[in-house]
Amino acid sequence: MTLLRMTLAFFAALALTTGAQAQTPKRGSTLNFAITAETPHYDCQGSDTFATLHFASPFYSTLLTFDLPKYPAVKGDLAESWTISPDQKTYTFKLFKNVKFHDGKPMTSTDVKANYDRMRNPPAGVVSTRQATFQDIDTIETPDPYTVVFKLKDINPSMIEHFASPWNCIYPAEKLAADPNWPKNNILGSGPFKFVEHVKGSHVSGVRNENYFRQGQPYLDGFKGTFFSQSAAMLNSLQGGQVLAEFRTISSADRDRLVQAMGDKIRIEESSWTLNLQVVFNTRKKPFDDVRVRRALNMAIDRWGGSQGLARTSALRHVGGLIRPGSPYAIDPKELEKFPGFQHDMVKARAEAKRLLAEAGVPNLSFQLFNRSIAQPYTPAGVFLVDQWRQIGVNVEHRQLETSPYLAGMSSGQFDVAIDFSNLFMDEPSLGLAKYVSSSKAPENRSGFESPEIDALIEKQSHIGDPKERIKVIREAEKLILESSHQVPILWWHRIVATHKILMGWEMSPSHNLGQDLARVWIDQ
Amino acid sequence: MLAYLANRLLLMIPTLLGVAVLIFFMLRVVPGDIVEVKLRGDGGNPSQATVEAERKRLGLDKPIYAQFGDWMVGLAKLDFGKSMWTERPVTEEIGLRLELSLQVALMATVIAILISIPMGTLSALLQNTWIDYFIRIFTIAGLAMPSFWLGMLTIVSLLYFFNWLPPLTYTPIYKDPWNNLAQLFWPALAVGYRYSAIVARMMRSSIIEVLNEDYIRTARAKGVYERLVVVRHAMRNAMLPVITVIGLEFAFLIGGLVVTEQVFNLNGIGRLFVQAVGRNDFTLIQAMVMLTAVVFILSNLVVDLLYAVFDPRIRYR
Repeated sequence: MTLLRMTLAFFAALALTTGAQAQTPKRGSTLNFAITAETPHYDCQGSDTFATLHFASPFYSTLLTFDLPKYPAVKGDLAESWTISPDQKTYTFKLFKNVKFHDGKPMTSTDVKANYDRMRNPPAGVVSTRQATFQDIDTIETPDPYTVVFKLKDINPSMIEHFASPWNCIYPAEKLAADPNWPKNNILGSGPFKFVEHVKGSHVSGVRNENYFRQGQPYLDGFKGTFFSQSAAMLNSLQGGQVLAEFRTISSADRDRLVQAMGDKIRIEESSWTLNLQVVFNTRKKPFDDVRVRRALNMAIDRWGGSQGLARTSALRHVGGLIRPGSPYAIDPKELEKFPGFQHDMVKARAEAKRLLAEAGVPNLSFQLFNRSIAQPYTPAGVFLVDQWRQIGVNVEHRQLETSPYLAGMSSGQFDVAIDFSNLFMDEPSLGLAKYVSSSKAPENRSGFESPEIDALIEKQSHIGDPKERIKVIREAEKLILESSHQVPILWWHRIVATHKILMGWEMSPSHNLGQDLARVWIDQ
Repeated sequence: MLAYLANRLLLMIPTLLGVAVLIFFMLRVVPGDIVEVKLRGDGGNPSQATVEAERKRLGLDKPIYAQFGDWMVGLAKLDFGKSMWTERPVTEEIGLRLELSLQVALMATVIAILISIPMGTLSALLQNTWIDYFIRIFTIAGLAMPSFWLGMLTIVSLLYFFNWLPPLTYTPIYKDPWNNLAQLFWPALAVGYRYSAIVARMMRSSIIEVLNEDYIRTARAKGVYERLVVVRHAMRNAMLPVITVIGLEFAFLIGGLVVTEQVFNLNGIGRLFVQAVGRNDFTLIQAMVMLTAVVFILSNLVVDLLYAVFDPRIRYR
């Protein structure tokens, strides 16, 4: 039922957005919007925070982009067209010929190659958080200035979506050649807006790129993104009309407040989100090396009930497996209910959990829950878990730390049980499953759990071209992971975006990292 | 006087050196790694090699003594280094916010003085009258009400009653005085109220104490006008502890308005401080602690010099 509501809400949102797009866009006006974090640098290729994208996307183009009304379909951005060879190992892109960087120089295949080389094989001193993503690329050829050919070592069914990643901003090759770290502190793209200024701690602004290669776009004269560190201040500004949107999310309580205060002046769009919180058991420590203990603790969590309550106070809402519920590779809810921790009958589940703890010799278990001191949604998730485990007689101390010591503790394995998070930019199984690869191979798996069998399945699915075959292997891996219960999703997040109704052309999606170039956004006034 | 001033300024050097050593080693004891926050803080998944390369680039792979040596050499040259988070010079990061924080602190101080001195004096002179009771309630409310809460009330009231909010972007007062004051008056008022409550209570108790001194009785016995007794003799002497409080509060305001800055979305020093601590941005934290220490030392110096202005018995040699 929840899934149905979620799907309906998403399509209703899409319908609204599509409806808005059906009107003739008006040129002019400056968009003021809120960004709830400030980027540490400008280099998309070395970043993983939305703060970089909401800041930098309007200045840049990418090879492909997601077609949000048809998500997860992709469409060309710099690429006018593309072909994939029958063996699925060669991708040939034809580029638009009228693309110019903001300094007036033409954008060619040399620039595309230089950027993908930088991402897959970063020079010394360059941080590329996309290195693993493009490890399957063998060679990049540029037969002419407007053709780029990527040859892969092996089939990678998600490669086309990776080419549409918003993180793959294209910088001028000559700037990269002069200084590979140039994009960290400088902005020069071919996107719909030209950079005007970044006042640290205050705002970023851009002005229309009159030479943008898509004729007639962008519609806005410019934009100004103001940084907010507190949601109350942001909400006041949204309500007061100082900003017309915040594109990441607001809580359901904040949504209700805005709707009550602003009535039909505000537009609310909702979707499930490509983010989840997870509970991680440190399998290097006793008794969490015992699968019975992990399974018992996992079984004690009433996810279905929790999703009702937590949805009212936090961004947590959707019950799901390892892949975002509702997305193409997600597990069927009926199938999910068969796994520990996803059952509906909590009386029976908790009795079984108590039995497992007694059998493991820890009927009066006590431990510390390691959590991040960020109110939303970490604190409610922690409180929820403590309460769930209390109901099977487990005594838990909830310890919340600032981001830096939290990450240090997670990296060094100095925790019993922790709340971790997964932040994906799209529904791609290989991205989502990367966190479940054995800890010795994937440091982001904080549980210390090792399973060559799971690793082999995750690797195998990443090279299967046939979606049906791929789903089968994903289900096998998911079964092993959920049954071993070393690291399991608590709930998936729910995204709520509030925009003033005069803001048109912005498209909602399940990821806050997508659709932020503002090229098709306009203001109806 | 000049010798005294030079002496005090020279004494700043060992004090600041002590602060520098303390903050450097205290930060290294605290668990956490800026590279982890930078690369993994938002769910990123960089390889271990990437993490190590970034650590090396920031100089965090060096032994502690080598990092300390670099920091001390930099300090001697007044080079505070670059923020590990933004990789911009810390002087640039701080300078950008200092102007705003300094203005809010000055405006709050002016508001506090304008409210507190007359109120504290009236309250003392009209002790146990309804005016005194009113002022005492007013000041106790100021102490009990956190500045950020008053700030939130102010913002919500402006939005609800006038559908207006202070500007979001800071404009220097010399460029656009109206816009500048429209933005900073409200936080200065919210902070200034609490500040005035502290100073008014100090003023009241100080005047009550001074009014019982022998020299006041003597002045009255000599037939000096009551207004002159109060203004020239009582208030002037009562100002000494009040100046001390004003000096300390002013220094605190430079970096201590964290929540108020968040409520009004001000790009100030307090917010920068908290962000730097949250990210383990060692170089920025170190520079900001040094700045705070300098502000406290200088404001104490100014307070000491003002003592001599208000109390002729005090002479500095």
